[in-house]
Amino acid sequence: MVGLQTVGSALLTLGLVAIAVALSLYERLDLEKDIGVAVVRSFVQLAAIGYVIDYVFGLENLWVVVMLLAGMVLFAAWTSARRARDVPNAFPIAVVAVGVAAAATLVLLLALGIVPATARYLIPLGGMVIGNSMNASSLTMTRIRDDLAEQRLKVEAALALGATSRQAVSPLLKTALQRALIPLIDATKTTGIIFLPGAMVGMIIAGADPLEAVRLQIVVLYMLLGSVSIAAILVGTLSYRSFFTRRHQLEAPPEH
Amino acid sequence: MAPTGIEVRGLGYELHGAEILKDVDVLVREGETTAVVGPSGAGKSTLLRAINRLIEPTSGEVYMGGEPTSRLDPLELRRRVGMVFQVPALFGGSVAEAVLYGARLAGKDADPGRLLEMVGLSASLAERDPQTLSVGQQQRVAIARALALEPEALLLDEPTSALDEGARRRIEELVTDLNARLGLTMVFVSHDLSQVERVADRVVVMAEGKTMGEWEREDFFSRAGERARRYIEGRL
Repeated sequence: MVGLQTVGSALLTLGLVAIAVALSLYERLDLEKDIGVAVVRSFVQLAAIGYVIDYVFGLENLWVVVMLLAGMVLFAAWTSARRARDVPNAFPIAVVAVGVAAAATLVLLLALGIVPATARYLIPLGGMVIGNSMNASSLTMTRIRDDLAEQRLKVEAALALGATSRQAVSPLLKTALQRALIPLIDATKTTGIIFLPGAMVGMIIAGADPLEAVRLQIVVLYMLLGSVSIAAILVGTLSYRSFFTRRHQLEAPPEH
Repeated sequence: MAPTGIEVRGLGYELHGAEILKDVDVLVREGETTAVVGPSGAGKSTLLRAINRLIEPTSGEVYMGGEPTSRLDPLELRRRVGMVFQVPALFGGSVAEAVLYGARLAGKDADPGRLLEMVGLSASLAERDPQTLSVGQQQRVAIARALALEPEALLLDEPTSALDEGARRRIEELVTDLNARLGLTMVFVSHDLSQVERVADRVVVMAEGKTMGEWEREDFFSRAGERARRYIEGRL
């Protein structure tokens, strides 16, 4: 039996990826290049972050942890802003949303004494919060952008009836936020029945007591639910504004 | 509230470096229906949207009753100047909700049944889902929704372009009737000269972002307006 501890095991699982690539080629899905990039990037990034975390654990300096989390927020915001092209001010909006969501959640976890203020807890939990907030931020922004393009007419009809920009976009904002949050809400509802979350799987495989793993997983789930909702709502309320002028006029769409 | 004339003076609008409106002057007299005609791309819709500040003009001014509208709160201006678009775009689960949308935002009381009757629809439609009405009926609801705010003027942006001939005629009759009954000042954008002849008191011709001229209806449809009419017919 090949153990999980060896690099060889990682290489063997690449066999599964090879099957995916073969299928992509056979079905002409044009996904093989993307899959290849994903494989290489994830390997390099995970290896790098492994060394970084290892190094930071050794430092036992909380400021380094904060700096590292801040860097993760900036990178997440940049990724989200790139997804949401044509959304004015997408980057600063994503920085605020992801940053506030991460800070609020981690501060709460620390203040309530749920986790100790050490790199071992803050970096992986922060990473989860930031990653999930980033996805919610991208989904919300792209959805608002697409809906505004598609429903320009309805929005302008509302404005023409004396609605403020906020009132005119509110139905659209509602669907955008629902779309961004429903996947996570549904995943939370079905946790344990349909799938076992990654963190829990990891802990159980690593030999932790299943009940201990469940306890941590519940903390993680609530934390994610809270932070992702904060991020999506912040992105929603900030980003719709950049499509309007202060005089409640919908900005003309950018030229393509 | 007394009906109010609209005066557009030296209006310009630029978008992404293109001049959509160039130094446009238009006089819309109180209580009259002024038709704005011209080929597509002439800037007719842009002119309407500049009048109620759905877009911000780059230069010039629009006066309502002699008052510069750039100084008004845009929300207040839009409540005073109703607008009807090419397609109805109704919101809400019922016709009554659709009719009351703007009035509710303004904190105004309005009777949906009475408004529906004003636009020639039965008050019994109030509880229907707007999507189950014909497009012509929906367009009437859109007019009722604008009237719910008791506007001084109504801007109509090709309100019949999505309708069949019969529905088109009925909307035209409604517009002339509202103009006569309420003394509403109206600006009616159209590209159909026969429609203009049926609804307008005055005619403004636009081309390539500029006004080519203004005529009384009788003049426009006599020898005096022949050149302008031929220009429009040739461009359609």
